[in-house]
Amino acid sequence: MSEEQIRSLERQFDEKIARDEKIEPKDWMPEKYRQTHIRQMSQHAHSEIVGMLPEGNWITRAPSLRRKVALLAKVQDEAGHGLYLYSATETLGISREEMYEQLHTGKAKYSSIFNYPTLTWADMGAIGWLVDGAAIINQVPLCNTSYGPYARAMIRVCKEESFHQRQGFEIMLKLANGTPEQKEMAQDALNRWWWPSLMMLGPTDDKSVHTEQSMKWKLKRKTNDELRQQFIDQTVPQADILGLTIPDPDLKWNEERQSYDFGEINWDEFWQVVKGHGPMNKERMKARVGAWERGEWVRDAAMAHAEKKQARKEKQAV
Amino acid sequence: MKNENLYNYILGIADNSLILGQRMGELCGHGPSLETDIACTNISLDLFGQVRSYFQYASKIAGDGRTEDDIAMLRKEREYKNVLLAEQPNTDFAYTIGRQFLFDVYHLAFLRELQKSTDLTLSAIANKCIKEVSYHERFSSDWVKRLGDGTEESHQKMQNAIDDLWTYTDELFHQTEADKAMVAEGIGVDVTKLKEAYYKNVSELLEEATLKVPDLKYFQKGGKEGVHTEHMGYLLTDLQYMQRAYPNMEW
Repeated sequence: MSEEQIRSLERQFDEKIARDEKIEPKDWMPEKYRQTHIRQMSQHAHSEIVGMLPEGNWITRAPSLRRKVALLAKVQDEAGHGLYLYSATETLGISREEMYEQLHTGKAKYSSIFNYPTLTWADMGAIGWLVDGAAIINQVPLCNTSYGPYARAMIRVCKEESFHQRQGFEIMLKLANGTPEQKEMAQDALNRWWWPSLMMLGPTDDKSVHTEQSMKWKLKRKTNDELRQQFIDQTVPQADILGLTIPDPDLKWNEERQSYDFGEINWDEFWQVVKGHGPMNKERMKARVGAWERGEWVRDAAMAHAEKKQARKEKQAV
Repeated sequence: MKNENLYNYILGIADNSLILGQRMGELCGHGPSLETDIACTNISLDLFGQVRSYFQYASKIAGDGRTEDDIAMLRKEREYKNVLLAEQPNTDFAYTIGRQFLFDVYHLAFLRELQKSTDLTLSAIANKCIKEVSYHERFSSDWVKRLGDGTEESHQKMQNAIDDLWTYTDELFHQTEADKAMVAEGIGVDVTKLKEAYYKNVSELLEEATLKVPDLKYFQKGGKEGVHTEHMGYLLTDLQYMQRAYPNMEW
């Protein structure tokens, strides 16, 4: 293809996105668009799968049958999200095995929030309320993103996430209205999850490397700082309902901005965890790689069995 | 308690689902593939849903203010009445599948009979559960076939699991006093009558999976009377942790 032709394709491509039309797997797309989407979508799928671990940690110890059933259902939803996000990413010409390989070797990232430990039952509430809350803010705009399979997957993901968020808030509400011990457990969870949740919305705009291009492709509608402000403004009144204190002495309503001012985020901690040195990075990867390696003989057996079955069928047909 | 036999009978049924559900729940996030992970979590979810129906009914019968959670999480080790099979650990995926399969074939046959119970609540619960358990049975049978008739390694692993778990199958057909009383009243299922078909069905499937049917003369039992294996205490430690550490609270 001549450079002239490529430029023309690119122009048509950009115009299509500007008209809010979807890009589908068979459509022509710039290589950078493909690679960016593989990176972001697989990262998203990995986050769902690694995200099963901190909550899975409490399934056997959930305090009531009702909570156990709800937690199982939630973690199962996350596995489901992982499954169709992997499938959506496969439409861009990468296999699931390759994506796992990238996760297991550390080439692909996943959301850093899952590198924090879940220490008490209240963490199940805090994760639902704050982590899923922040995730929704990140994800709702993706329901209108330019890549069709991703946008469609996100519509379903967002519906379920908002249910999880309410469920998490309800866990917190029960604790906050419970005994002093329960309330203390809830406050402690908020203290530990608040700042990492703010970090989930990404580095500040001046440090964010992908923002401009992602805005153009509608992978992003608002900047990280705008999303973070939105999350804080929406969450502070919820903490008030719970009667819990946000662990930020600088948090203050700004009448002029009609928004909350907030304290300095510890970006050293953010980068430490992103670079692989958070409290649970090694354990999470060990769990994923371990499950994959322990499962190899099972997957091999399934493959061998399918081949035998097919061979028998063919033999019969002859 | 007026209906003590019925209460104990329900616990006997529900504890199997409770303990097996707990075992399946341990695997969540650690399965050999995403699809099997989802399926195992789903089975756990179904089993706990069944547990809630049974224990809500048991709580009504007890009538002493004990809730479903009290019944599920605040009994002593010796008061759990599940079969030994249900509490066996997830040694590897073949054990998980073997345990599930050996239980599912029984569970499905049991629920088919329980549907005919003169106790309308139990028959309604059985009705609801049977769809789920049919799926469990299909899932576990399919995997026994895949692993049995897969690679040499998977064949050996599946055979080891079946050989080790076989010793716990006979207990499924053992009757407790509560069982006998409930059978006499037309409420309970006579499990002794399920035995022959069980071994026939299980053996046929094992043979299809190219596995040997164990030739075993000695079996282990005791779970139904509350005499468990050493695994049980640890399983209960997890299950009961919150209720023990934070007593008398709502969650």
